[in-house]
Amino acid sequence: MFNSAVRGKLIDGDKSFSQISKEILAPIHAKTPLWWYAAMLVSLGMFGFGLYCKYITISTGIGTWGVNNSVAWGWAIINFVWWIGIGHAGTAFSIFLLILRQKWRTAINRAAEAMTVVAVFCASLFPLLHMGRPWLFFFIFPYPNTRGPLWVNFNSPLFWDFVAISAYLLISASFWYFGMVPDFATIRDTAKSKIKKAVYGFFAFGWTGSSREWLRFEGLSFVLGGIAAVLVVSVHSIVSTDFAVSVQAGWHTTIFPPYFVIGAIFSGFAMVLTLVITMRGLYNMNDFITDRHVDAVCRILIFISLIMGTAYMTEIFIAWYSASEYETYMFFKNRLFGDYAFQFWAMFTANAVIPQLFWFKGVRKRMWIVFIISIIINIGMWFERFNIVVTTLSRDYLPAAWANYSPTYVEVGFFIGTLGMFLAGVLLFFRYIPMIAISELKSVAKFDKPNNGQLKAKSHE
Amino acid sequence: MTKYWRSLDELNNPVEFKQNEIKLELDAKRAVMKKASGSSRRDFLKTFGFSVAAAAVVASCKRPVDKAIPYLVKPEEVTPGMANYYASSYFEANEYCSVLVKVRDGRPIKIEGNDLSSVSQKGTSARVQASVLDLYDDARFKTPLKRGEATNWEEIDSYITKKLEQLNNDQKKVVLLTSSIISPTTKKVIASFQEKYPNVEWVKYDAVSASGILEANQQSFGTALIPDYRFERAKVIASFGADFLGTWLSSTEYTKGYAAGRRVLDKGDEMSRHYQFESGMTLTGSNADVRVPIKPSEEKTILTALYYQLMQAKGFMTIAAPDSPVDVKGLAEDLLANEGKSLVVSGSNDVNTQLIVNAINNLLGNYGSTILFDRPLNTHQAIDADFEKVISGLKNKEIAGVLCWGVNPVYNHPNGEEIKALISGAELSVSFSDRKDETTAACHWVCPAPHYLEAWNDAKPKKGVFSLSQPTISKLFDSRQVQETLLKWAGEEQPNYYEILKANWEENFSGLQSKYSDSRLFWNDTLQKGVFEAEPTAEVPVYSENGLENALQLGNSESQGWEIVLYQSVALKDGSSANNPWLQELPDPIAKISWDNFAAVPVKWAEENGVQNESVITINGIEMPVFVQPGQAPDTISVALGYGRETAGKVGDGIGKNMYALASIKNNAKQLWLSGADVKTTDKTYELALSQTHHSMEGRPIVRETNFDKWQLDPASGNEIRKEHLEHHVSLYPEQEFKGHHWAMAVDLGSCVGCGNCSISCQAENNVQVIGKEQVRNRRIMHWIRVDRYFSNDAENPDVYHQPVMCQHCDNAPCENVCPVSATPHSEEGLNQMAYNRCVGTKYCVNNCPYKVRRFNWFQYVQNPEFDYASNSDLGRMVLNPDVTVRSRGVVEKCSFCVQRIQEKKAEAKVAGRMLEDGEVQPACVQSCPANALVFGDLNDENSKINKLFKNERNYHLLEELHTLPSVGYLTKVRNKKA
Repeated sequence: MFNSAVRGKLIDGDKSFSQISKEILAPIHAKTPLWWYAAMLVSLGMFGFGLYCKYITISTGIGTWGVNNSVAWGWAIINFVWWIGIGHAGTAFSIFLLILRQKWRTAINRAAEAMTVVAVFCASLFPLLHMGRPWLFFFIFPYPNTRGPLWVNFNSPLFWDFVAISAYLLISASFWYFGMVPDFATIRDTAKSKIKKAVYGFFAFGWTGSSREWLRFEGLSFVLGGIAAVLVVSVHSIVSTDFAVSVQAGWHTTIFPPYFVIGAIFSGFAMVLTLVITMRGLYNMNDFITDRHVDAVCRILIFISLIMGTAYMTEIFIAWYSASEYETYMFFKNRLFGDYAFQFWAMFTANAVIPQLFWFKGVRKRMWIVFIISIIINIGMWFERFNIVVTTLSRDYLPAAWANYSPTYVEVGFFIGTLGMFLAGVLLFFRYIPMIAISELKSVAKFDKPNNGQLKAKSHE
Repeated sequence: MTKYWRSLDELNNPVEFKQNEIKLELDAKRAVMKKASGSSRRDFLKTFGFSVAAAAVVASCKRPVDKAIPYLVKPEEVTPGMANYYASSYFEANEYCSVLVKVRDGRPIKIEGNDLSSVSQKGTSARVQASVLDLYDDARFKTPLKRGEATNWEEIDSYITKKLEQLNNDQKKVVLLTSSIISPTTKKVIASFQEKYPNVEWVKYDAVSASGILEANQQSFGTALIPDYRFERAKVIASFGADFLGTWLSSTEYTKGYAAGRRVLDKGDEMSRHYQFESGMTLTGSNADVRVPIKPSEEKTILTALYYQLMQAKGFMTIAAPDSPVDVKGLAEDLLANEGKSLVVSGSNDVNTQLIVNAINNLLGNYGSTILFDRPLNTHQAIDADFEKVISGLKNKEIAGVLCWGVNPVYNHPNGEEIKALISGAELSVSFSDRKDETTAACHWVCPAPHYLEAWNDAKPKKGVFSLSQPTISKLFDSRQVQETLLKWAGEEQPNYYEILKANWEENFSGLQSKYSDSRLFWNDTLQKGVFEAEPTAEVPVYSENGLENALQLGNSESQGWEIVLYQSVALKDGSSANNPWLQELPDPIAKISWDNFAAVPVKWAEENGVQNESVITINGIEMPVFVQPGQAPDTISVALGYGRETAGKVGDGIGKNMYALASIKNNAKQLWLSGADVKTTDKTYELALSQTHHSMEGRPIVRETNFDKWQLDPASGNEIRKEHLEHHVSLYPEQEFKGHHWAMAVDLGSCVGCGNCSISCQAENNVQVIGKEQVRNRRIMHWIRVDRYFSNDAENPDVYHQPVMCQHCDNAPCENVCPVSATPHSEEGLNQMAYNRCVGTKYCVNNCPYKVRRFNWFQYVQNPEFDYASNSDLGRMVLNPDVTVRSRGVVEKCSFCVQRIQEKKAEAKVAGRMLEDGEVQPACVQSCPANALVFGDLNDENSKINKLFKNERNYHLLEELHTLPSVGYLTKVRNKKA
């Protein structure tokens, strides 16, 4: 093979191709561990509570939430934006790092993409159920009809929201799934149980690994990746226009599209960190997801965190510079020092200050610190959305209409339900899907001493 | 030709053979086909039949069938879908209002003001508006009752007639206890009842009476009357605790006059100056130019000082004026400068205080100019002392029977419990109440009267002013007019009040007019118009100083410790309509609290003692939640009456606390304040339903204001920022053009007093739902038009602002472009519309509305036992306006500028082949505004009133800097403070 002095090895342990397959597939072929069942039970419990809260919401009405006629959007929209943000990382990883030729992504992209699919699915529940009459959600489709015909409002960001999210969900799920086809074939070929063979065989689409198939596979990945690259930017830009096209102080801001996209990638990367550190811990995948991987993500986070800080400062500066009394009030009196100051400073500290700790190598090296910081970033990003949605609405133009907002157990339960769903999804992913893209990983495998025999004998099982 | 054959059968019988062969072949083919498809045509038909049947069954289960049965013989006047209006008169809780009742398909659904009345002058109050809902109240009696059990009229009539005769023979007294009765024909009926039963004494009792004024005028003028106060003629108005814009005497009439005397639109317009001396912040005080917080005990002292100062200034007296706790020099100067053009009123029920007020008005020459005697007010007739005699009579068994009509002393007398025992202990106790109340619960017999919308009656609210009430629906329940009941008991076989009424009018009142020589024509004309006014007779009684010296010398009330002021709330007044959910949900105009009464405490005391809104304090042992009231006089607490009903019905029971217990009988008059109250703070809290929690405008130009002297110099004063905003109105997009109509509304903030009539009028017109205390507290109130209230300046005595806010119908509406399903488009006439059936409830529009006027249906408010107010029963839902959709859960609603009224008038004009006239279309809020503060019209009509108002220098648009281009304009608030 080749020998490169520039790029180091991406996989530790000097593994052969068959070793790679074997180690990555080990959790699938092994007996399900007890902790998995326990964790699944907890997630399903959370999910069940969420279902109950959704039932209350649908059967009784959104009145069971804490929202009111002044603050009409609350936790549902906060959590929607938050999940969408998290759902950004997978595709961002795959696409941007692909474009930037960052080969190290191959160890992480599968997990990131899985996270994307589950997160976007969680996110999509919120806009659906925060509708007053969710059973009429199909009104939002521009379908031909006999009422005029009556079309949707193409001016409304919410319509484009719907378009963007459904497109993003479709593309990222396809991208993720088609990337797994060769790996499914690998499982099919190595599985001993007949059921496994049948099931994975079904999902493997009869993959044989022929050159023609690889050619098609590469082509498809390329096309889907191309589309997804656009969507990554568009989805959160469009979500941001939900706020940016409004007239409300604190929402009506041109910085929002890039600010939202960056914020989304920020939270997504943090969630990726949380996930891969968990994977490393649970499945001993340190050879594939090495410290260098974590280090690289941390470095990216420093950079994004700086952008976030800049964005926050810019917002505040522009509020002052605009000399609009409503903007000034919103930022200086309400967010910085008002009723919601805690949420603002929680956001600022968690997103712009704490990630700066990653400048220190010592911090990046200690997984448990990285893990905690990644969680803090996720919480901070949640507060960012809270800041945007609630502070603006609770103190808008007419002080007579000012109202405070706090969530009810139904809203909280709904959110817990999506967390449960996410956890359950991740657990299923751990258990039934190769956590690392085997075929892609093999493409970056390097060996100290090329051994023809080894290659010939165990190139592909 | 050779004949071939295959078998003997074919040879012998070729036809049959061929048929057999074909049959066999077909059978074989069928068998093959059947095997191949697995189902036969039969199966298909079976499945098909079953599915159709199943689908039909399932589909038919979906909706209940509503039957609309057309008239077989259509009644005259009734056209389905077209409303009829009948003139009528409202008189409840001592409040009179001439009204038009809108009747749709046989159901009265809305009250409108009658512009022909000189008393209410097309205005109404929130209570009048809500009275239509009282008609459909579940708490009304369905049948007559005997000790709580249903009975029939025959039993009642035979028993009570006998009982009355027996008591008459035994010479035992029976009291007919009524509230003030302004119906001349009813008075005749009572007279003939008394003729039959000479032992019957007629006593009048009002929950909140005007005893003090009546008795003072008895002394000063020789007749117990309430003169005609003309606020529009006064240049200086000084009110001592009289809430004449909210609840005092004839508040709707006074609001009309007050607003008229203060409207400044064109150069040269004059404006009165209003001084208010009061303890709690009342609606009237909130509109005052100069408001002086005082203790109730100081009122008389201040009036005495004022009197002495005026006397000195006029040179009639040389002795020094007594000390006054507040400086009244400024007021005295103003009053002297406007002699004969000023008006001093007091809300006190103390005869001595009122005597001093009379003396001041006489000194200033106000009698004959701002206070007239040609049309004295009849709505308050009760003298409190009379009822006290009834109590002692009942106690010593002199009185054996009580007939209660329109009174509820068990609830609204300080000795309610005692009265309850006395009434239930009486030999005969009858109530004529139409619905549950505390006194009726104590009575043995209930003979329910119909609601005023079901009954005939007349009214004489003022001398020489007559009006009629007529039934607008046949009686919903087994009720009988009290007049008929009394006559029946007096021995008449088939009393018919309608005939008696008509005869009385034709005989006695038709002579008062000269227009119609035929008395029947006069009757018809009056019935149609609702009102009839005889020429005023100018009798000016001579003022005498009777009792004045005594009044001035009598020691002033001692002030010690806390003084508690009991006031009537604008929504509930004396509490008789406490079961009306519309009124319960109407936020207090000052505190913006609904569904409770509360203790309004002074700001400074609250700060010093760590008391906040929703803290609980005890007043003489009664626990009350606190509202920290800017403007509350130090050492005083104000609490509203009218709450704490125990037997009012499902809505009113247990709402708030009954504060009548704190009232006292002093000098034989009910005194609605007390001093030396025991006030303690507690650690408890109690949740209040505030519909507004922030009270400052934060320096934003929301209500723009000026002072009268500045306005005289520059009509645009206070509105300077508008010029700057207009200069910045630049858009990339072409402005929308409105070719036909362009509807708009103007709100004169100088006229609006903040009474809340518009909210309830709108609620009745647009089927706005009641949501209850918890949801109001959750800031989800549904009112399409709300009145925002702000305070400014000194927290101890602030300036108050009232601003009605409804959908601004922006021509560049932020709500419209964000709706994903286009449920809220803009009409070609400038209306921002809501398509309820298209709305999916994303609430995006709610968020993006800078005025926050959009209302979301958080729950199913109709036919939901969780919201058991008016819309949970078939009876309550009869009030719904069929022209307006009842919104379901999950949709957004808001003010529509009463689009149904616009369409109705447009259609009328089209049928008549004419153009719409200016002022023809009047949304519900505009129609009955007692202050004429709202004007609606077409901006495309060059000569319309709205066009003139929009061009007025005072006009501005709310948040116009956002370039939303609202169709609602506000006229700056003008005060008349001393420069």
